[in-house]
Amino acid sequence: MANNTKGRRDFMGMALGGFTALGGIGALYAMKRTWDPLPSVKAAGFTTIDLKDAKDNVLVTEKWRGKPIFVLKQSKDMMSKMKDEDKQRLINIDGGHYLVCVGLCTHLGCIPGYNPEDESFLCACHGGTYDSAGDVTKAPPPRGLDIPPFKIDGTKLVLGEAGPEYEKMLADGITLPV
Amino acid sequence: MAHFEKAKDLHDWMNQRLAVDTLKRVLQTEYWIPKNINFLWAMGMVLAATFGILLISGIFLLMYYQPNTQLAFDSVNYTIMSEVGYGWLWRHIHGVGASVVFLIIYIHMFTGIYYGSYKKGRELIWLSGMLLFVAFSAEAFSGYMLPWGQMSYWAGMVITNLFSGGSLHADALVEWIRGDYVPGQAFLGRFFMLHVLLIPLAIIGLIVLHFGTLRIPHVNNQDGEEFDFDEAAELYKAGKVKESKVIPFSPVFLSKDVFVMGIYFIFFFYLVFYHFEFAMDPVNFDPADGLKTPTHIYPEWYFLWSYEILRPFSTNVGLIAFAIAQVIFFTLPFLDRSPNVAPASRRGLFKYWFWALLIDMIILTFMGKLPPQGIWSTVGLVAALTFMGLWIALPFITAKEKKL
Repeated sequence: MANNTKGRRDFMGMALGGFTALGGIGALYAMKRTWDPLPSVKAAGFTTIDLKDAKDNVLVTEKWRGKPIFVLKQSKDMMSKMKDEDKQRLINIDGGHYLVCVGLCTHLGCIPGYNPEDESFLCACHGGTYDSAGDVTKAPPPRGLDIPPFKIDGTKLVLGEAGPEYEKMLADGITLPV
Repeated sequence: MAHFEKAKDLHDWMNQRLAVDTLKRVLQTEYWIPKNINFLWAMGMVLAATFGILLISGIFLLMYYQPNTQLAFDSVNYTIMSEVGYGWLWRHIHGVGASVVFLIIYIHMFTGIYYGSYKKGRELIWLSGMLLFVAFSAEAFSGYMLPWGQMSYWAGMVITNLFSGGSLHADALVEWIRGDYVPGQAFLGRFFMLHVLLIPLAIIGLIVLHFGTLRIPHVNNQDGEEFDFDEAAELYKAGKVKESKVIPFSPVFLSKDVFVMGIYFIFFFYLVFYHFEFAMDPVNFDPADGLKTPTHIYPEWYFLWSYEILRPFSTNVGLIAFAIAQVIFFTLPFLDRSPNVAPASRRGLFKYWFWALLIDMIILTFMGKLPPQGIWSTVGLVAALTFMGLWIALPFITAKEKKL
Protein backbone atom coordinates (compact mmCIF):
# COMPACT_ATOMS: atom_id res chain seq x y z
CA MET A 1 0.00 0.00 0.00
CA ALA A 2 2.72 2.41 1.00
CA ASN A 3 4.68 1.76 -2.18
CA ASN A 4 1.58 2.06 -4.29
CA THR A 5 0.77 5.44 -2.66
CA LYS A 6 4.20 6.70 -3.43
CA GLY A 7 4.01 5.75 -7.08
CA ARG A 8 0.57 6.87 -8.18
CA ARG A 9 -0.37 9.61 -5.72
CA ASP A 10 3.04 11.20 -6.00
CA PHE A 11 2.67 11.17 -9.77
CA MET A 12 -0.58 13.14 -9.49
CA GLY A 13 1.06 15.58 -7.14
CA MET A 14 4.12 16.02 -9.32
CA ALA A 15 2.08 16.40 -12.50
CA LEU A 16 -0.09 19.10 -10.91
CA GLY A 17 2.96 20.74 -9.34
CA GLY A 18 4.84 20.75 -12.64
CA PHE A 19 2.02 22.30 -14.63
CA THR A 20 1.37 24.79 -11.83
CA ALA A 21 5.00 25.84 -11.86
CA LEU A 22 4.85 26.24 -15.64
CA GLY A 23 1.65 28.29 -15.42
CA GLY A 24 3.17 30.25 -12.54
CA ILE A 25 6.16 31.26 -14.63
CA GLY A 26 3.82 32.33 -17.42
CA ALA A 27 1.71 34.30 -14.96
CA LEU A 28 4.80 36.04 -13.54
CA TYR A 29 5.82 37.07 -17.05
CA ALA A 30 2.30 38.40 -17.71
CA MET A 31 2.41 40.34 -14.43
CA LYS A 32 5.81 41.80 -15.30
CA ARG A 33 4.52 42.88 -18.74
CA THR A 34 1.40 44.41 -17.20
CA TRP A 35 3.60 46.78 -15.23
CA ASP A 36 5.67 47.79 -18.29
CA PRO A 37 5.17 51.32 -19.67
CA LEU A 38 2.21 51.28 -22.11
CA PRO A 39 2.80 51.64 -25.87
CA SER A 40 1.05 55.01 -25.74
CA VAL A 41 3.49 56.17 -23.08
CA LYS A 42 6.43 54.94 -25.17
CA ALA A 43 5.06 56.52 -28.36
CA ALA A 44 4.69 59.90 -26.67
CA GLY A 45 8.40 59.80 -25.86
CA PHE A 46 9.51 62.15 -28.71
CA THR A 47 9.71 65.94 -28.54
CA THR A 48 11.07 68.41 -31.08
CA ILE A 49 12.67 71.60 -29.78
CA ASP A 50 14.02 74.55 -31.76
CA LEU A 51 17.34 75.99 -30.60
CA LYS A 52 17.42 79.12 -32.78
CA ASP A 53 15.59 81.36 -30.30
CA ALA A 54 17.83 80.47 -27.34
CA LYS A 55 19.70 83.43 -25.80
CA ASP A 56 23.15 83.43 -24.20
CA ASN A 57 23.18 82.32 -20.55
CA VAL A 58 19.37 82.19 -20.31
CA LEU A 59 17.97 78.85 -19.20
CA VAL A 60 14.99 77.51 -21.14
CA THR A 61 13.04 74.55 -19.74
CA GLU A 62 11.30 72.19 -22.14
CA LYS A 63 9.41 68.99 -21.37
CA TRP A 64 10.24 65.51 -22.68
CA ARG A 65 8.77 62.26 -21.33
CA GLY A 66 7.35 64.26 -18.44
CA LYS A 67 10.84 65.34 -17.43
CA PRO A 68 12.18 68.88 -17.56
CA ILE A 69 14.81 69.46 -20.26
CA PHE A 70 17.30 72.28 -19.73
CA VAL A 71 18.51 74.21 -22.79
CA LEU A 72 21.32 76.64 -22.04
CA LYS A 73 23.12 78.53 -24.80
CA GLN A 74 26.72 79.23 -23.77
CA SER A 75 28.09 82.74 -24.27
CA LYS A 76 31.55 83.40 -25.80
CA ASP A 77 32.81 84.31 -22.35
CA MET A 78 31.56 81.03 -20.88
CA MET A 79 33.13 79.04 -23.72
CA SER A 80 36.52 80.66 -23.21
CA LYS A 81 36.62 79.68 -19.51
CA MET A 82 35.37 76.14 -20.08
CA LYS A 83 37.50 73.03 -19.62
CA ASP A 84 37.93 70.91 -22.75
CA GLU A 85 36.18 67.83 -21.34
CA ASP A 86 33.16 69.99 -20.50
CA LYS A 87 33.00 71.24 -24.11
CA GLN A 88 32.36 67.67 -25.22
CA ARG A 89 29.06 67.77 -23.30
CA LEU A 90 27.71 70.54 -25.55
CA ILE A 91 25.75 70.29 -28.79
CA ASN A 92 27.12 72.50 -31.57
CA ILE A 93 24.73 73.89 -34.16
CA ASP A 94 25.48 76.82 -36.52
CA GLY A 95 28.44 77.94 -34.44
CA GLY A 96 26.29 78.07 -31.28
CA HIS A 97 27.10 75.85 -28.28
CA TYR A 98 24.20 74.44 -26.30
CA LEU A 99 23.85 72.42 -23.13
CA VAL A 100 20.79 70.22 -23.58
CA CYS A 101 20.21 67.94 -20.61
CA VAL A 102 17.60 66.30 -18.42
CA GLY A 103 16.89 68.81 -15.66
CA LEU A 104 16.84 66.24 -12.88
CA CYS A 105 19.63 65.96 -10.36
CA THR A 106 21.49 62.67 -10.91
CA HIS A 107 21.45 62.13 -7.16
CA LEU A 108 17.75 61.54 -6.47
CA GLY A 109 15.92 63.42 -9.19
CA CYS A 110 15.10 66.89 -7.83
CA ILE A 111 15.16 69.82 -10.27
CA PRO A 112 18.28 71.99 -9.81
CA GLY A 113 17.90 75.76 -10.15
CA TYR A 114 20.13 77.85 -12.45
CA ASN A 115 21.89 80.98 -11.26
CA PRO A 116 23.06 83.01 -14.31
CA GLU A 117 25.38 85.21 -12.19
CA ASP A 118 27.75 82.47 -11.12
CA GLU A 119 26.77 80.33 -14.13
CA SER A 120 25.96 77.23 -12.08
CA PHE A 121 23.13 74.91 -11.10
CA LEU A 122 22.29 74.21 -7.46
CA CYS A 123 20.08 71.32 -6.32
CA ALA A 124 18.29 72.45 -3.15
CA CYS A 125 17.45 68.92 -2.03
CA HIS A 126 20.92 67.78 -0.99
CA GLY A 127 23.16 70.67 -2.02
CA GLY A 128 24.74 69.28 -5.20
CA THR A 129 26.07 71.80 -7.79
CA TYR A 130 26.80 71.67 -11.53
CA ASP A 131 28.63 74.06 -13.86
CA SER A 132 27.08 75.60 -16.99
CA ALA A 133 27.98 72.48 -19.01
CA GLY A 134 26.02 70.37 -16.51
CA ASP A 135 29.10 68.73 -15.00
CA VAL A 136 29.21 68.08 -11.23
CA THR A 137 31.18 70.58 -9.17
CA LYS A 138 29.99 69.43 -5.72
CA ALA A 139 28.76 66.02 -4.45
CA PRO A 140 26.44 64.17 -3.71
CA PRO A 141 25.47 63.83 -7.44
CA PRO A 142 27.47 60.89 -8.85
CA ARG A 143 27.76 62.33 -12.39
CA GLY A 144 26.88 65.30 -14.58
CA LEU A 145 23.33 65.99 -15.73
CA ASP A 146 22.24 63.31 -18.20
CA ILE A 147 21.96 64.20 -21.88
CA PRO A 148 18.80 62.85 -23.53
CA PRO A 149 18.99 60.96 -26.85
CA PHE A 150 18.87 63.62 -29.60
CA LYS A 151 19.04 63.92 -33.36
CA ILE A 152 20.03 67.17 -35.01
CA ASP A 153 17.67 68.36 -37.74
CA GLY A 154 18.75 71.82 -38.97
CA THR A 155 18.41 74.09 -35.95
CA LYS A 156 15.97 71.65 -34.41
CA LEU A 157 16.58 68.75 -32.03
CA VAL A 158 14.43 65.64 -31.95
CA LEU A 159 14.59 64.32 -28.40
CA GLY A 160 14.05 60.58 -27.94
CA GLU A 161 15.79 59.66 -31.19
CA ALA A 162 19.50 58.81 -31.13
CA GLY A 163 21.52 60.59 -33.86
CA PRO A 164 25.23 60.07 -34.64
CA GLU A 165 26.34 62.96 -32.36
CA TYR A 166 24.51 61.40 -29.44
CA GLU A 167 25.89 57.93 -30.21
CA LYS A 168 29.37 59.43 -30.12
CA MET A 169 28.72 60.98 -26.69
CA LEU A 170 27.53 57.59 -25.42
CA ALA A 171 30.57 55.85 -26.89
CA ASP A 172 32.91 58.44 -25.30
CA GLY A 173 31.22 57.91 -21.94
CA ILE A 174 30.13 61.55 -21.67
CA THR A 175 26.61 60.58 -20.70
CA LEU A 176 24.75 57.43 -19.71
CA PRO A 177 21.70 56.15 -21.61
CA VAL A 178 18.57 57.79 -20.19
CA MET B 1 -21.95 13.32 9.25
CA ALA B 2 -21.75 14.47 12.84
CA HIS B 3 -24.79 14.00 15.04
CA PHE B 4 -26.87 17.14 15.67
CA GLU B 5 -29.65 17.54 18.19
CA LYS B 6 -32.50 20.00 18.33
CA ALA B 7 -30.97 23.12 19.79
CA LYS B 8 -32.15 24.64 23.07
CA ASP B 9 -31.36 28.18 21.95
CA LEU B 10 -29.33 30.16 19.42
CA HIS B 11 -26.14 29.78 21.43
CA ASP B 12 -26.54 26.01 21.54
CA TRP B 13 -27.35 25.99 17.80
CA MET B 14 -24.15 27.92 17.06
CA ASN B 15 -22.13 25.84 19.49
CA GLN B 16 -23.07 22.58 17.78
CA ARG B 17 -22.02 23.92 14.43
CA LEU B 18 -19.06 26.17 15.21
CA ALA B 19 -17.88 25.16 18.70
CA VAL B 20 -18.12 28.78 19.83
CA ASP B 21 -17.59 27.85 23.49
CA THR B 22 -14.32 26.09 22.66
CA LEU B 23 -13.20 29.02 20.51
CA LYS B 24 -14.01 31.47 23.27
CA ARG B 25 -12.09 29.38 25.79
CA VAL B 26 -9.01 28.93 23.63
CA LEU B 27 -8.83 32.50 22.34
CA GLN B 28 -10.09 34.43 25.36
CA THR B 29 -10.98 33.03 28.76
CA GLU B 30 -8.11 30.53 28.86
CA TYR B 31 -5.52 32.46 26.90
CA TRP B 32 -3.21 33.43 29.75
CA ILE B 33 -1.40 36.73 30.09
CA PRO B 34 1.13 37.44 32.88
CA LYS B 35 0.02 39.73 35.68
CA ASN B 36 3.38 41.44 36.05
CA ILE B 37 3.04 43.90 33.17
CA ASN B 38 2.42 47.64 32.78
CA PHE B 39 0.55 49.95 30.42
CA LEU B 40 3.18 49.46 27.69
CA TRP B 41 1.79 45.97 27.17
CA ALA B 42 -1.45 47.54 25.94
CA MET B 43 0.20 48.98 22.81
CA GLY B 44 -0.56 45.86 20.76
CA MET B 45 -4.29 46.23 21.17
CA VAL B 46 -3.99 50.01 20.73
CA LEU B 47 -2.33 49.29 17.37
CA ALA B 48 -5.02 46.79 16.39
CA ALA B 49 -7.71 49.36 17.24
CA THR B 50 -5.91 52.11 15.30
CA PHE B 51 -5.63 49.82 12.29
CA GLY B 52 -9.38 49.23 12.55
CA ILE B 53 -10.02 52.98 12.56
CA LEU B 54 -7.74 53.47 9.54
CA LEU B 55 -9.64 50.73 7.73
CA ILE B 56 -13.06 52.23 8.43
CA SER B 57 -12.08 55.82 7.57
CA GLY B 58 -10.31 54.47 4.44
CA ILE B 59 -13.47 52.71 3.26
CA PHE B 60 -15.37 56.01 3.34
CA LEU B 61 -12.59 57.92 1.57
CA LEU B 62 -12.47 55.23 -1.11
CA MET B 63 -16.04 55.98 -2.18
CA TYR B 64 -15.16 59.45 -3.49
CA TYR B 65 -11.44 59.27 -4.23
CA GLN B 66 -10.54 59.24 -7.97
CA PRO B 67 -7.28 57.45 -8.83
CA ASN B 68 -6.66 59.63 -11.87
CA THR B 69 -3.85 62.18 -12.20
CA GLN B 70 -6.31 64.79 -13.54
CA LEU B 71 -8.92 64.27 -10.82
CA ALA B 72 -7.14 62.91 -7.74
CA PHE B 73 -6.10 66.25 -6.24
CA ASP B 74 -9.57 67.79 -6.50
CA SER B 75 -11.36 64.62 -5.43
CA VAL B 76 -9.45 64.84 -2.13
CA ASN B 77 -9.13 68.57 -1.58
CA TYR B 78 -12.44 69.69 -3.01
CA THR B 79 -14.94 66.79 -3.19
CA ILE B 80 -14.03 64.97 0.02
CA MET B 81 -13.09 68.07 2.00
CA SER B 82 -15.96 70.39 1.14
CA GLU B 83 -18.73 68.53 -0.69
CA VAL B 84 -19.03 65.13 0.98
CA GLY B 85 -20.87 65.36 4.31
CA TYR B 86 -18.29 64.77 7.04
CA GLY B 87 -15.73 63.89 4.37
CA TRP B 88 -13.24 66.07 6.27
CA LEU B 89 -13.73 63.84 9.31
CA TRP B 90 -12.67 60.67 7.47
CA ARG B 91 -9.70 62.42 5.93
CA HIS B 92 -8.48 63.90 9.20
CA ILE B 93 -8.96 60.57 11.02
CA HIS B 94 -7.07 58.81 8.22
CA GLY B 95 -4.22 61.34 8.12
CA VAL B 96 -3.81 61.61 11.90
CA GLY B 97 -4.21 57.83 12.26
CA ALA B 98 -1.45 57.16 9.71
CA SER B 99 0.90 59.38 11.68
CA VAL B 100 -0.04 58.27 15.20
CA VAL B 101 0.05 54.58 14.29
CA PHE B 102 3.81 54.97 13.75
CA LEU B 103 4.24 56.65 17.15
CA ILE B 104 2.59 53.61 18.76
CA ILE B 105 4.58 51.19 16.57
CA TYR B 106 7.83 52.80 17.75
CA ILE B 107 6.70 52.65 21.42
CA HIS B 108 5.69 48.99 20.90
CA MET B 109 9.09 48.21 19.30
CA PHE B 110 11.16 49.96 21.95
CA THR B 111 9.13 48.28 24.71
CA GLY B 112 10.10 44.94 23.15
CA ILE B 113 13.75 45.99 22.94
CA TYR B 114 13.82 47.29 26.54
CA TYR B 115 12.35 44.13 28.10
CA GLY B 116 14.18 41.68 25.82
CA SER B 117 10.93 40.33 24.38
CA TYR B 118 12.62 39.15 21.18
CA LYS B 119 14.70 36.22 22.40
CA LYS B 120 14.56 32.69 23.77
CA GLY B 121 11.66 31.47 21.66
CA ARG B 122 10.22 34.91 20.97
CA GLU B 123 12.30 35.53 17.81
CA LEU B 124 9.32 34.98 15.50
CA ILE B 125 7.24 37.52 17.40
CA TRP B 126 9.97 40.08 16.69
CA LEU B 127 10.42 39.05 13.03
CA SER B 128 6.70 39.05 12.23
CA GLY B 129 6.44 42.42 14.00
CA MET B 130 9.24 43.79 11.83
CA LEU B 131 7.45 42.50 8.72
CA LEU B 132 4.42 44.44 9.94
CA PHE B 133 6.59 47.53 10.30
CA VAL B 134 7.74 47.15 6.67
CA ALA B 135 4.16 46.57 5.49
CA PHE B 136 2.91 49.63 7.41
CA SER B 137 5.75 51.71 5.91
CA ALA B 138 4.76 50.62 2.39
CA GLU B 139 1.12 51.33 3.22
CA ALA B 140 1.96 54.83 4.50
CA PHE B 141 4.12 55.63 1.48
CA SER B 142 1.59 54.39 -1.09
CA GLY B 143 -1.17 56.30 0.68
CA TYR B 144 0.91 59.46 0.61
CA MET B 145 0.96 59.28 -3.22
CA LEU B 146 -2.82 59.37 -3.55
CA PRO B 147 -3.68 63.09 -3.04
CA TRP B 148 -1.28 63.77 -5.96
CA GLY B 149 0.11 66.98 -4.50
CA GLN B 150 3.67 68.28 -4.86
CA MET B 151 4.99 66.23 -1.94
CA SER B 152 3.24 63.10 -3.26
CA TYR B 153 4.81 63.53 -6.70
CA TRP B 154 8.33 64.36 -5.55
CA ALA B 155 8.42 61.80 -2.76
CA GLY B 156 7.33 59.29 -5.41
CA MET B 157 10.10 60.49 -7.71
CA VAL B 158 12.84 60.38 -5.07
CA ILE B 159 11.83 57.06 -3.48
CA THR B 160 11.42 55.23 -6.81
CA ASN B 161 14.80 56.63 -7.88
CA LEU B 162 16.36 54.76 -4.94
CA PHE B 163 15.72 51.57 -6.92
CA SER B 164 18.16 52.65 -9.60
CA GLY B 165 20.76 51.49 -7.06
CA GLY B 166 23.10 54.48 -7.45
CA SER B 167 25.95 53.54 -9.79
CA LEU B 168 24.12 50.40 -10.91
CA HIS B 169 22.04 52.91 -12.90
CA ALA B 170 19.07 50.53 -13.16
CA ASP B 171 16.80 53.08 -14.88
CA ALA B 172 14.84 50.34 -16.62
CA LEU B 173 13.82 48.98 -13.22
CA VAL B 174 12.74 52.44 -12.06
CA GLU B 175 10.70 52.96 -15.24
CA TRP B 176 9.14 49.54 -14.77
CA ILE B 177 8.12 50.35 -11.20
CA ARG B 178 6.59 53.63 -12.39
CA GLY B 179 5.16 52.28 -15.66
CA ASP B 180 6.33 55.57 -17.16
CA TYR B 181 9.43 57.74 -17.39
CA VAL B 182 8.17 59.81 -14.47
CA PRO B 183 5.39 59.22 -11.92
CA GLY B 184 2.15 59.42 -13.93
CA GLN B 185 -1.17 57.67 -14.39
CA ALA B 186 0.30 54.15 -14.38
CA PHE B 187 2.16 54.97 -11.17
CA LEU B 188 -0.87 56.43 -9.41
CA GLY B 189 -3.06 53.49 -10.49
CA ARG B 190 -0.73 50.84 -9.17
CA PHE B 191 0.00 52.61 -5.89
CA PHE B 192 -3.74 53.05 -5.42
CA MET B 193 -4.19 49.28 -5.85
CA LEU B 194 -1.33 48.56 -3.44
CA HIS B 195 -2.73 50.98 -0.86
CA VAL B 196 -6.33 49.81 -0.86
CA LEU B 197 -5.94 46.10 -1.56
CA LEU B 198 -2.66 44.24 -1.64
CA ILE B 199 -0.82 45.80 1.31
CA PRO B 200 -3.87 45.86 3.63
CA LEU B 201 -4.38 42.14 2.83
CA ALA B 202 -0.75 41.49 3.69
CA ILE B 203 -1.09 43.50 6.92
CA ILE B 204 -4.16 41.53 8.01
CA GLY B 205 -2.36 38.25 7.30
CA LEU B 206 0.72 39.42 9.18
CA ILE B 207 -1.36 40.51 12.20
CA VAL B 208 -2.79 36.97 12.38
CA LEU B 209 0.76 35.57 12.14
CA HIS B 210 1.99 38.02 14.79
CA PHE B 211 -0.74 36.87 17.22
CA GLY B 212 0.05 33.25 16.34
CA THR B 213 3.75 33.62 17.14
CA LEU B 214 2.79 34.87 20.61
CA ARG B 215 0.81 31.79 21.54
CA ILE B 216 3.54 29.27 22.44
CA PRO B 217 6.29 31.49 23.94
CA HIS B 218 3.63 33.60 25.72
CA VAL B 219 3.71 37.30 26.47
CA ASN B 220 6.88 38.48 28.27
CA ASN B 221 6.64 40.25 31.64
CA GLN B 222 8.32 43.16 33.41
CA ASP B 223 11.06 40.98 34.95
CA GLY B 224 11.58 38.62 32.01
CA GLU B 225 10.63 35.88 34.49
CA GLU B 226 10.19 32.38 33.09
CA PHE B 227 7.43 30.44 34.84
CA ASP B 228 5.09 27.53 34.29
CA PHE B 229 1.99 28.94 32.61
CA ASP B 230 0.01 25.69 33.03
CA GLU B 231 0.64 25.66 36.77
CA ALA B 232 -0.28 29.35 37.08
CA ALA B 233 -3.41 28.77 34.98
CA GLU B 234 -4.51 25.87 37.25
CA LEU B 235 -4.12 28.13 40.29
CA TYR B 236 -6.25 30.81 38.63
CA LYS B 237 -8.92 28.30 37.63
CA ALA B 238 -8.95 26.89 41.16
CA GLY B 239 -9.99 30.33 42.36
CA LYS B 240 -6.58 31.32 43.76
CA VAL B 241 -6.59 34.44 41.65
CA LYS B 242 -4.25 36.37 43.97
CA GLU B 243 -1.60 33.65 44.11
CA SER B 244 -1.63 33.00 40.34
CA LYS B 245 0.86 34.80 38.12
CA VAL B 246 -1.56 34.97 35.20
CA ILE B 247 -4.87 36.44 34.17
CA PRO B 248 -7.11 35.46 31.27
CA PHE B 249 -6.84 37.58 28.10
CA SER B 250 -10.55 38.29 28.15
CA PRO B 251 -12.19 39.84 30.04
CA VAL B 252 -9.44 40.61 32.59
CA PHE B 253 -6.42 41.71 30.52
CA LEU B 254 -8.69 43.28 27.92
CA SER B 255 -10.27 45.53 30.52
CA LYS B 256 -6.79 46.95 31.27
CA ASP B 257 -6.28 47.40 27.53
CA VAL B 258 -9.62 49.13 27.21
CA PHE B 259 -8.60 51.59 29.94
CA VAL B 260 -5.35 52.47 28.12
CA MET B 261 -7.26 52.65 24.83
CA GLY B 262 -9.70 55.07 26.45
CA ILE B 263 -6.87 57.47 27.36
CA TYR B 264 -5.28 56.95 23.94
CA PHE B 265 -8.46 57.74 22.03
CA ILE B 266 -8.99 60.96 23.98
CA PHE B 267 -5.51 62.00 22.74
CA PHE B 268 -6.22 60.63 19.25
CA PHE B 269 -9.48 62.50 18.74
CA TYR B 270 -8.06 65.64 20.30
CA LEU B 271 -5.54 65.56 17.44
CA VAL B 272 -8.21 64.73 14.86
CA PHE B 273 -10.42 67.66 15.84
CA TYR B 274 -7.95 70.30 17.00
CA HIS B 275 -4.49 69.51 15.65
CA PHE B 276 -4.94 67.56 12.43
CA GLU B 277 -2.67 70.04 10.62
CA PHE B 278 0.48 68.32 11.92
CA ALA B 279 -0.37 65.40 9.64
CA MET B 280 -1.15 67.63 6.63
CA ASP B 281 1.95 69.05 4.98
CA PRO B 282 1.16 72.47 3.42
CA VAL B 283 3.39 71.67 0.39
CA ASN B 284 1.02 68.84 -0.51
CA PHE B 285 -1.80 71.33 -0.98
CA ASP B 286 -0.16 72.36 -4.29
CA PRO B 287 -1.10 70.04 -7.15
CA ALA B 288 1.67 67.77 -8.51
CA ASP B 289 3.95 69.55 -11.01
CA GLY B 290 6.69 67.60 -12.75
CA LEU B 291 8.51 70.80 -13.74
CA LYS B 292 8.86 72.31 -10.27
CA THR B 293 10.59 70.78 -7.25
CA PRO B 294 9.56 71.97 -3.78
CA THR B 295 12.43 73.78 -2.00
CA HIS B 296 12.79 71.06 0.60
CA ILE B 297 11.71 67.48 0.09
CA TYR B 298 11.34 65.60 3.34
CA PRO B 299 9.31 62.57 4.33
CA GLU B 300 6.74 62.37 7.12
CA TRP B 301 8.28 62.40 10.62
CA TYR B 302 8.26 58.62 11.04
CA PHE B 303 10.65 58.11 8.09
CA LEU B 304 12.99 60.98 8.96
CA TRP B 305 15.53 58.92 10.94
CA SER B 306 16.23 56.55 8.04
CA TYR B 307 16.15 59.43 5.52
CA GLU B 308 18.82 61.19 7.58
CA ILE B 309 20.99 58.05 7.39
CA LEU B 310 20.75 58.27 3.58
CA ARG B 311 21.45 61.95 3.33
CA PRO B 312 24.93 62.84 4.64
CA PHE B 313 26.76 60.32 2.42
CA SER B 314 27.58 60.19 -1.30
CA THR B 315 24.98 58.32 -3.40
CA ASN B 316 26.32 54.77 -3.20
CA VAL B 317 27.44 54.84 0.44
CA GLY B 318 24.18 56.57 1.35
CA LEU B 319 22.11 53.90 -0.39
CA ILE B 320 23.99 51.10 1.35
CA ALA B 321 23.66 52.81 4.75
CA PHE B 322 19.95 53.36 4.08
CA ALA B 323 19.43 49.74 3.04
CA ILE B 324 21.20 48.54 6.20
CA ALA B 325 19.09 50.86 8.37
CA GLN B 326 15.91 49.41 6.81
CA VAL B 327 16.74 45.80 7.70
CA ILE B 328 19.06 46.03 10.72
CA PHE B 329 16.22 45.77 13.27
CA PHE B 330 15.37 42.33 11.86
CA THR B 331 18.74 41.07 13.10
CA LEU B 332 18.23 42.16 16.73
CA PRO B 333 17.43 38.66 18.13
CA PHE B 334 20.62 37.32 16.51
CA LEU B 335 23.00 40.20 17.21
CA ASP B 336 22.04 40.21 20.90
CA ARG B 337 24.35 37.43 22.18
CA SER B 338 23.22 37.56 25.81
CA PRO B 339 20.82 34.86 27.09
CA ASN B 340 19.32 37.28 29.62
CA VAL B 341 15.66 38.13 29.22
CA ALA B 342 15.42 41.12 31.52
CA PRO B 343 14.70 44.83 31.43
CA ALA B 344 17.61 46.82 29.98
CA SER B 345 18.18 48.51 33.36
CA ARG B 346 19.51 45.21 34.79
CA ARG B 347 21.66 44.30 31.80
CA GLY B 348 24.83 46.32 32.31
CA LEU B 349 26.13 47.94 29.12
CA PHE B 350 22.96 47.08 27.22
CA LYS B 351 21.18 49.72 29.32
CA TYR B 352 23.40 52.41 27.80
CA TRP B 353 23.08 50.85 24.34
CA PHE B 354 19.28 51.03 24.56
CA TRP B 355 19.14 54.68 25.61
CA ALA B 356 21.90 55.67 23.15
CA LEU B 357 19.94 54.07 20.28
CA LEU B 358 16.70 55.76 21.30
CA ILE B 359 18.30 59.20 21.69
CA ASP B 360 20.30 58.78 18.46
CA MET B 361 17.14 57.99 16.51
CA ILE B 362 15.42 61.04 17.98
CA ILE B 363 18.39 63.21 16.93
CA LEU B 364 18.32 61.67 13.42
CA THR B 365 14.60 62.45 13.25
CA PHE B 366 15.18 66.14 14.05
CA MET B 367 18.16 66.43 11.67
CA GLY B 368 16.17 64.82 8.84
CA LYS B 369 13.73 67.72 8.95
CA LEU B 370 16.36 70.49 8.94
CA PRO B 371 17.98 71.63 5.68
CA PRO B 372 21.35 69.88 5.20
CA GLN B 373 23.57 72.87 5.90
CA GLY B 374 26.44 73.86 8.19
CA ILE B 375 26.44 72.45 11.69
CA TRP B 376 23.26 70.39 11.07
CA SER B 377 25.03 68.44 8.30
CA THR B 378 27.78 67.53 10.77
CA VAL B 379 25.38 66.59 13.57
CA GLY B 380 23.42 64.44 11.08
CA LEU B 381 26.58 62.71 9.89
CA VAL B 382 27.75 61.98 13.45
CA ALA B 383 24.31 60.65 14.41
CA ALA B 384 24.22 58.41 11.30
CA LEU B 385 27.68 57.03 12.08
CA THR B 386 26.64 56.51 15.72
CA PHE B 387 23.64 54.50 14.55
CA MET B 388 25.89 52.19 12.52
CA GLY B 389 28.45 52.01 15.36
CA LEU B 390 25.80 51.00 17.90
CA TRP B 391 24.70 48.04 15.82
CA ILE B 392 28.29 46.94 15.24
CA ALA B 393 28.92 47.16 19.00
CA LEU B 394 25.79 45.21 19.98
CA PRO B 395 27.13 41.62 19.61
CA PHE B 396 30.30 42.53 21.53
CA ILE B 397 28.69 44.23 24.50
CA THR B 398 25.97 41.58 24.83
CA ALA B 399 28.47 38.69 24.56
CA LYS B 400 30.34 40.16 27.54
CA GLU B 401 27.17 40.61 29.57
CA LYS B 402 27.05 38.71 32.90
CA LYS B 403 24.44 35.98 33.06
CA LEU B 404 21.69 37.01 35.46
